[in-house]
Amino acid sequence: MSKIIRDRQIVEDNATILRLNEDGSFAAVPAEGVVLVSLKQFIAQKEALLARGNIGVWFAPDDEPEELGDEAKTLAVIAVEFPAFTDGRGFSIGRLLRERYGFTGELRAFGDVFKDTLNYLYRCGFNAFAVRADKNIEDALKGIDDFTEYYQASVQQPQPLFRRRETV
Amino acid sequence: MYIYDDYDQKIVDARVAQFRDQTRRYLAGELTDDEFRPLRLQNGLYIQRHAPMLRVAIPYGELNTKQVRVLGEIARKYDRNYGHFTTRQNIQYNWPKLEDVPQILADLAAVQMHAVQTSGNCIRNTTSDQFAGVAHDELIDPRPWCEIIRQWSTFHPEFAHLPRKFKIAVNGAKEDRAAILVHDIGINVVKNEAGEIGFQVYVGGGLGRTPIIGALIKPFLEQEHLLSYLDAVLRVYNRYGRRDNKYKARIKILVKAMTPEAFGAKVEAEWAYLKDGPQTLTQAEVDRVTAFFVDPAYETLAGDDAGFLAAKASNPAFARWVERNVFGHKKAGYACVTLSLKARGIAPGDASDKQLDDVAALSDRFSLGEVRVSHEQNLILPWVKQSDLFAVWEEAKRIGFATPNIGLLTDVICCPGGDFCSLANAKSIPIALALQESFDDLDYLFDLGEIELNMSGCMNACGHHHVGNIGILGVDKNGSEWYQVSLGGRQGSAASLGKVIGPSFAQDEMSEVIEKIIKVYVDNRHPDERFIDVVDRLGIDPFKTYVYAGRAARKEAA
Ligand code: SF4
Repeated sequence: MSKIIRDRQIVEDNATILRLNEDGSFAAVPAEGVVLVSLKQFIAQKEALLARGNIGVWFAPDDEPEELGDEAKTLAVIAVEFPAFTDGRGFSIGRLLRERYGFTGELRAFGDVFKDTLNYLYRCGFNAFAVRADKNIEDALKGIDDFTEYYQASVQQPQPLFRRRETV
Repeated sequence: MYIYDDYDQKIVDARVAQFRDQTRRYLAGELTDDEFRPLRLQNGLYIQRHAPMLRVAIPYGELNTKQVRVLGEIARKYDRNYGHFTTRQNIQYNWPKLEDVPQILADLAAVQMHAVQTSGNCIRNTTSDQFAGVAHDELIDPRPWCEIIRQWSTFHPEFAHLPRKFKIAVNGAKEDRAAILVHDIGINVVKNEAGEIGFQVYVGGGLGRTPIIGALIKPFLEQEHLLSYLDAVLRVYNRYGRRDNKYKARIKILVKAMTPEAFGAKVEAEWAYLKDGPQTLTQAEVDRVTAFFVDPAYETLAGDDAGFLAAKASNPAFARWVERNVFGHKKAGYACVTLSLKARGIAPGDASDKQLDDVAALSDRFSLGEVRVSHEQNLILPWVKQSDLFAVWEEAKRIGFATPNIGLLTDVICCPGGDFCSLANAKSIPIALALQESFDDLDYLFDLGEIELNMSGCMNACGHHHVGNIGILGVDKNGSEWYQVSLGGRQGSAASLGKVIGPSFAQDEMSEVIEKIIKVYVDNRHPDERFIDVVDRLGIDPFKTYVYAGRAARKEAA
């Protein structure tokens, strides 16, 4: 069991992130529990996985949300990996899933996730954060609100400031 | 100029608080060096040779005198009494203490300034024409568009960690003074036949290791679509730009690899989803921002002020300064004055706290309280009455900013180089100082006419050496400092890249090399032919032959 932030609460989480085997083959899906499989595995084994249930998908930075498309709507959890927080591709993946493919379930960031990355992630549609184990999760939670006013439209605030600005 | 409201202030203040917390956690060991580095870079903070270096944004080069005074105050309080103006309309402080930086940012925020995204792999400070809003050849004032882009790019949630840095420049005049063709995105503000404002969008220009002139991917973008289109360009770059090799990570490499046509098509496909979405600009917003850039309260004058003309006729030194440092104004009877930060013996672009205070006082008295910064690293007084020019000249001389050399050989564009920058291969400042020294004779300098000399201490090309008529690049050869020379580059609407003339030179050879290049020019020029025209006409060979003649015995660097 580990802890994650979900909808601003720190909660227990037992989902397994299932990676490919080293030779690139698909790993066996455990019988029990919530399992997040790679996009590739999901596409290849979709029917069996959906029949099993408790399945989510995780994206690597170079995975294309287009390949999942509207199927995203049927999933309860999608996770996006940030191998390094300086790899910003996951921000675009998050927004595409939310804004283009109508995903409304849990969107989780995992990998190099800590306080200073949460605000941008939150604005790009992430509502769950698997904070790095060596970082203080309570402290990280506060990072969501590093900024509370923004110029741009985003998932979290669909209207840019110029459409909301009250001018005196 | 743009004035913050409560929203703008709140956003900048939140950044100060965030960075204060990050610095505290770094000093407490809660953030590692690797974690803190990208965070501090996005606040303009480098760790340099001697100390941290803080780069403060001067959005599109515009300052009021209150801000100029604070820049001087920061130099005095937290640094060694000077700042360095860069080639991208920023000011850098070379000696602040890390612990002081949060307070410096707070001091800046108090006068509506910041260091947001002045470094790091994000969208950098948007740059523009230093004469925006006052130039005699302006078609459309680019500043409202720069401000709209500034707000859009500030803490954009999706584009905070791009493959590499990303620079946008905007031009609205006949002559491009913003170097838009060598930016990641270059925007020309234009009008179509119906008189509607729109944009020509160029992408993939840039200098550095692989210099490329930008490609036009959108001949006319309607104004309301500016931000959604920029979102589309940035999204394509964020997703597909290379991240495996930092030398191949700029958008220019992606555009080149895909071809500009294919890149443009990919942007169009992405834009199809974003177009007409919430980022579509409203007329109300365009009007709101534009209203900040109205002309200040100037006087209606006839022009050709008699006193000014008389002074010019009777005082050759003043006339010389007017010829070089005064630029045509859109309003009759007014002029734009460039204060030269290229005096002999001073590193190009450096200004002391005292000089900054003096410039503020000068502008309050003679330029309606406005000051501009140019990418050529000079300061501009944009609203000077012709009748005040003589007094401004006298005062500028006292300050040390009246060298009449704008556009001439000694108006060197120069990065900080090996004296300060930890990325440098070679020093650049000593070369610049030596050059100022050898071309100190004003008569000779004037006779040589317009020659742009640009110098960078390494391939990153902060001194834009590729677009200098004479370009100098510091290279490392077995641990010692060498210089590669190129000829024929130019900036502006016909921007082109210089050609390297041959093997590089040692530092002590450089003065002689420049003198020889100049001699070839002087010996071959026709009356009224500029340096660049001679290089165009003759090519680089005569220069090469003369510069390398009899040099074979000397150990060369590749
Ligand atoms: S060109 Fe190189 S040496 Fe000069 S400032 Fe840029 S990074 Fe430093």
